[in-house]
Amino acid sequence: MKIRVILAAATAGALALGLAACGGGEEEPSTGPVSLRMTVWSSNEAHLKLFNEIADAYKAKNPRVTEVKFDPIPFESYTTTLTTQIAGGNGPDLAWLLENSAPDFVNSGALVPLDDTLGKAEGYNAADLSPSATSLWKADGKLFAYPFSTSPFGVFVNTDMLKAAGQQTPAELIAANQWTWEKAVAAAAASSAKSGKAGLVVRDFDYKGWDNLSTVWAGWGAQAWSPDGKTCGFDQQPMVDAMTFLHKAIFTDKALPGPGTTADFFAGEAAMTITQISRASLLKEAKFGWDLVPLPTGPKGEYAVIGQAGLGALKKGKNADVAADFLAFFTNPDNSAKLAAYFPPPRTSQLTAATLAKTNPLLKPEQLQQVVIDGISSGVVKPSHTGQAEIAQAVRAALDPLWKPGADVKAVLGGVCSAINPLLAK
Amino acid sequence: MSTRFWTGSRRDTLAGYLFIAPQLIGSVLFVFVPLGLVFWYSLHEWNVLADTFTFVGGENYQALADDPKLADALVATGFFSAGLVVLNLSLALLLAVLLNQRLRGTVFFRTVFFSPVVVSLVAWTIVWSFLLQDNGGINGLLETVGVDGPNWLRGEGTAMIAVIVVQVVKNVGLNMVLFLAALQGVPANLYEAATVDGASRRRQFLSITVPMISPTILLTSIITVVGSLQVFAQIAVLTQGGPGTSTTVLVYYLYQQAFQFHHFGYGATLSVLLFAIVLLLTLVQWRMRRKWVFHES
Repeated sequence: MKIRVILAAATAGALALGLAACGGGEEEPSTGPVSLRMTVWSSNEAHLKLFNEIADAYKAKNPRVTEVKFDPIPFESYTTTLTTQIAGGNGPDLAWLLENSAPDFVNSGALVPLDDTLGKAEGYNAADLSPSATSLWKADGKLFAYPFSTSPFGVFVNTDMLKAAGQQTPAELIAANQWTWEKAVAAAAASSAKSGKAGLVVRDFDYKGWDNLSTVWAGWGAQAWSPDGKTCGFDQQPMVDAMTFLHKAIFTDKALPGPGTTADFFAGEAAMTITQISRASLLKEAKFGWDLVPLPTGPKGEYAVIGQAGLGALKKGKNADVAADFLAFFTNPDNSAKLAAYFPPPRTSQLTAATLAKTNPLLKPEQLQQVVIDGISSGVVKPSHTGQAEIAQAVRAALDPLWKPGADVKAVLGGVCSAINPLLAK
Repeated sequence: MSTRFWTGSRRDTLAGYLFIAPQLIGSVLFVFVPLGLVFWYSLHEWNVLADTFTFVGGENYQALADDPKLADALVATGFFSAGLVVLNLSLALLLAVLLNQRLRGTVFFRTVFFSPVVVSLVAWTIVWSFLLQDNGGINGLLETVGVDGPNWLRGEGTAMIAVIVVQVVKNVGLNMVLFLAALQGVPANLYEAATVDGASRRRQFLSITVPMISPTILLTSIITVVGSLQVFAQIAVLTQGGPGTSTTVLVYYLYQQAFQFHHFGYGATLSVLLFAIVLLLTLVQWRMRRKWVFHES
């Protein structure tokens, strides 16, 4: 019967269509009008306004580029959404990248190498980029993403809350050379006992985002894994000491809120929080006295931890060359200085308290010097590894038994290593 | 002159195909094609970032057999499904029987129990995530009666129970309505006859009500089992599979593998496994209907 034939043909057609749609494939670089899309995780109006201004200036110089669209994706699901878009053949031309996904993106060949484009760009001065900021984004000596934000972790302090609990402020402790983890935890515990609110909050940790704990354990010289990524560091003595300290601070001293309790420092619910300085903007309308200080010193002395975000051009994009060119424009010295208002730049010439003060009115010069500039020059980057998501999940699951009173810290940390050793070896 | 092409029967056939076309096209495009593709992907190693798509034959299936974490995921799934089905069906039936009485206020209570069904699943779950916090509403309520509540979502045992209860309260209304409809279809004269014969209420329930509504019990058990195997949003919002891996059910594990760890090929293989499990369970339930269901002969 004819209808059956038609139906079969239609089905086959639909199947082919489905397959073709999923096939994707490389497309020839076009010479017509170009529209670029860049995924970001900020939907902050001020950020987007600045990006659009830079994009408008680029479009004015390059009439071929008719549109640059900044596409905000929620932070929590950023990498997952980005890779799903790429898998669906609908990837962006440029993308912000989180430091924890840096090794995956940099080593996979998904990104356009930038050295040539940046080298050719007029007045770019790529040599100005700080080597410590770019190292995470390099593979085989080539730069695959521009570290547009190198943001150190600091401690934001609710000075009103500490004073109410009769505690010395961290600024006073720093002046007396006593700003140590012991003192910080004692002050947090005292404040929590007095106010009934949280003491110290490691922001975004929430007993899941364990990589944020590197802001604590780095003070003990601990690391999640060795720099070559092959040896697990969780069962080493510095980590055991750091975690023992942290466990006691949570469950004995009650200096940190326990699992399943949320407290937002910026809403006045905690005495101190460890987070990146870019969160300072949340304090614009703060109704309490606050300060920003460097991380307390650990048994290994002073230390700093930085979080990074990169900007890369995706090779699979239709106009990868234009995307890379836009990246060079977006991050040239002039625009980098503008972006410094929100994102500490990787350009050494712009990392001065004077430059940063112009664009960070909420922060005092000594805060910028101590936390930002010193932090960037000496900071270790939060842990990252190829296959990070799978490792992160394994660590999270293996660390869970630690987050209860009376846990055997050493045994749990040994368990973390057994869980991730096969993944580190991959 | 040849006979007309558009005979009555041909026209009827065409009309028939046209009537089913919207559903058929939808099914083909959104069910059968993706289903076929998932199987196709499961035979490949697909690295999204590197943009490689390599045929690996049965390697992903071999990896499935060797995956040490799969057993945990299957145990969690089984525990969730069993807990959900038992709790949901028994509570739905109990509520339906209670609300089938001709009493004041039954309409109000039917509405109350059904209303969570129409609430957005994610919104519902997010609200519960706040209630279930250590310092959340549930423990606050328990404190007023002098009970020190556990840290629901952080305890290995309590997390799964919390997820099950949140899901049961969300969906029990749907099964309740189905049971209510079935109960109202049971002829009253059967109960009258049983009462005359001196049967107790319990006897009447077991020997009249249950057999008479058995088709609905079958239907609700199939949809509840299938639904329980697809639980995702609740896990993603409430526990992200933790603590440990205690609430990492198969669908969540599949999501992690495919979308978080970028193992799309292996994720597809897990989907095929899930498909096989759902198919098998549904077939078993369907085959057993002859034993269970009163109406089928």
